Amino acid sequence: MAMLPTEQTKAAATPAAARFENIRRTYIMGTQQVHALDGVSVSFEKGEFWAIMGPSGSGKSTMLNVLGCLDRPTGGKYYLDGQDVSALDDDELSDIRLKYLGFIFQSFNLIPQLSVEENIALPLYYLGWKEEDSAKRARELAAMVGLETRLRHRPNELSGGQQQRVAIARALANDPVFMLADEPTGNLDSGTSEEIISLLKRLNRAGKTIIMVTHEPEIAQNAGKRLYMRDGLIAGIEG
Amino acid sequence: MLPSLSRLFRDIQLGIKNLLLHKLRSLLTMLGLVFGVGSVIAMLAVGEGASREALEQIRRLGSRNIIISAQKPSDEQTATNVRSFLSIYGLLYSDVTRLAETIPTLERIVPVKVIQKEGRLGKRAMDLRVVGTNADWFELVSRPLIAGRVINQSDQAGRKNVAVLTEYGARRLMATEAVIGETLRIGSNYYEVIGIVQNESAQEGAIQTPDQQTDAYIPLAVAREHFGDVFTQRKSGSQIRERVELHQIIVEVESTELVELTAAAIERQMQLYHSKKDYVVSVPLALLKQAEATKRIFNTVLGAIAGISLLVGGIGIMNIMLASVTERTREIGIRRAIGAKQRQIIAQFLIETVVLSVSGGVLGIGLGLLIPWLISKIAGMPTVVSAHSLILSLGISVSVGVIFGIYPAMRAAKLDPIDALRHE
Ligand SMILES: Nc1ncnc2c1ncn2[C@@H]1O[C@H](COP(=O)(O)OP(=O)(O)OP(=O)(O)O)[C@@H](O)[C@H]1O
Ligand SMILES: [Mg+2]
Repeated sequence: MAMLPTEQTKAAATPAAARFENIRRTYIMGTQQVHALDGVSVSFEKGEFWAIMGPSGSGKSTMLNVLGCLDRPTGGKYYLDGQDVSALDDDELSDIRLKYLGFIFQSFNLIPQLSVEENIALPLYYLGWKEEDSAKRARELAAMVGLETRLRHRPNELSGGQQQRVAIARALANDPVFMLADEPTGNLDSGTSEEIISLLKRLNRAGKTIIMVTHEPEIAQNAGKRLYMRDGLIAGIEG
Repeated sequence: MLPSLSRLFRDIQLGIKNLLLHKLRSLLTMLGLVFGVGSVIAMLAVGEGASREALEQIRRLGSRNIIISAQKPSDEQTATNVRSFLSIYGLLYSDVTRLAETIPTLERIVPVKVIQKEGRLGKRAMDLRVVGTNADWFELVSRPLIAGRVINQSDQAGRKNVAVLTEYGARRLMATEAVIGETLRIGSNYYEVIGIVQNESAQEGAIQTPDQQTDAYIPLAVAREHFGDVFTQRKSGSQIRERVELHQIIVEVESTELVELTAAAIERQMQLYHSKKDYVVSVPLALLKQAEATKRIFNTVLGAIAGISLLVGGIGIMNIMLASVTERTREIGIRRAIGAKQRQIIAQFLIETVVLSVSGGVLGIGLGLLIPWLISKIAGMPTVVSAHSLILSLGISVSVGVIFGIYPAMRAAKLDPIDALRHE
């Protein structure tokens, strides 16, 4: 796979988890152009915990989608773990998501007809793991997020916080280069939000790179770095 | 190979699980296919049954045979009220020689004279159909010989009083191998029993075979000498007297291709010498062709029903799968975000559709076994469900699933992951 570290990248300093060079994402609405990202350059290093902030419509989700290889930039270069992924096709992007990325969403996005264990194991299924192996890993991950007693439950039998913990376990299944979270506490009360954030912090301390979009400054305070967006541009970086 | 096989198995399991989430909906969706597959199997079963029956009829009647039978002309029928009226009709001894001389494509010609008489053997008696005929009869009808021998040329030439019984008649008269050589009395005449032949078991409805189970065969010349040509029947006080020389002439044609031509030639010859239409020429081959034509129409109708059901069933499946794709847009988005490729989404939905269509197909096979059974039971038509029709049905089910599932599956795969994730 093109993504495996080559001699060249090993020789250089460890590459950034993700690096944007003048990234643009322009939507064309009729005759009007919307610049959701208007030339963004930023580097997310390994082991960092970022919070992306900014007003509604400033381009936070767009940035996360491009970082997550769900969306392709209309201009600029995107290096993921040192590799240029800005011009890959749909199958290649799927492969990158499968092997190097983990997503956490505001609305949890678990598959309702699958059990907790099956939801966590889903990335492993696409990675082609054997059923016993993936079940074992799913159980380990469930234990890590404190849900070892809920393996057979359906998502709708769990509280919001528990569902989000399942989603985090699922995002960890493929041991991603970095995790992307779009308002992971947006649907949770403040107490539960605390729990989720402390879980993310624990993961970050254990070495995971995390990039999280949030509206709430007190949530953002937990991140080591804060990036402020405005009108598709970076308005400032803290930390 | 093995891991991918176990993956397919998992995918199928997942498909079944998803379909079981909506049991009633899945069942209703399958219905069109159930009827489609059911009628395909039923159609093939009826067709196969009919063609086996047709083959059986060829065997019984002989595809190279033409049967000329005496028939009372319709204008004479009214005259039967008159007491002691003698009606003269039917086939003539001279017809046999003339046909034999003028039609070169004949392999054999067998005259048949029929007399209904009681036969007695020892203390036993039964009503016989005494058949005056020649040695060729046994070649043409060719039933296995059980005991003794059949009538031969010297019996004919020597006008010997010999008789051949059928298995059925022999049983009725308690004749066994031991009675070969014993004396059978028919009317006031005595015959030596020289043989016993097998006979067709009594058939209802089916085309009449030349032989019947109550037959006793004697040389034609002997029959003519003993019974003459005039028959008297008593019916509710009136007497009907008929003069009939021969009741049937059965000919065998050299080859199947010449049957129709020969039948036409016979018809022309008969017209020349019979001023009244007192005979019918029937061609078993033509009857078979007609039966086959009827079968084809039947098959076309059933085939059309099957085709329409399959089409409707397929559209029903497609419709439900499209609805399912819309319902599960978010699931598709999640799978894509996790890293599923488009073709894996296609495979997932296609497998689900094929599981649905094959389940329908399996239920359809159940129906397809039931319908022919009912047809046999109620209409008395023979049906044969063949193994291939079952394999074909499964093939059709899989194809319907693939053909009508591919579009919804592609729709699912082509969804933009971001839009799909945002879907409410
Ligand atoms: N599919 C799309 N088509 C057209 N315009 C879009 C599309 N997606 C986003 N945009 C536009 O791009 C801009 C940035 O959108 P984005 O979703 O990134 O904002 P956001 O910062 O995440 O906002 P919010 O805080 O409300 O989630 C907005 O002006 C939005 O209208
Ligand atoms: Mg957003």
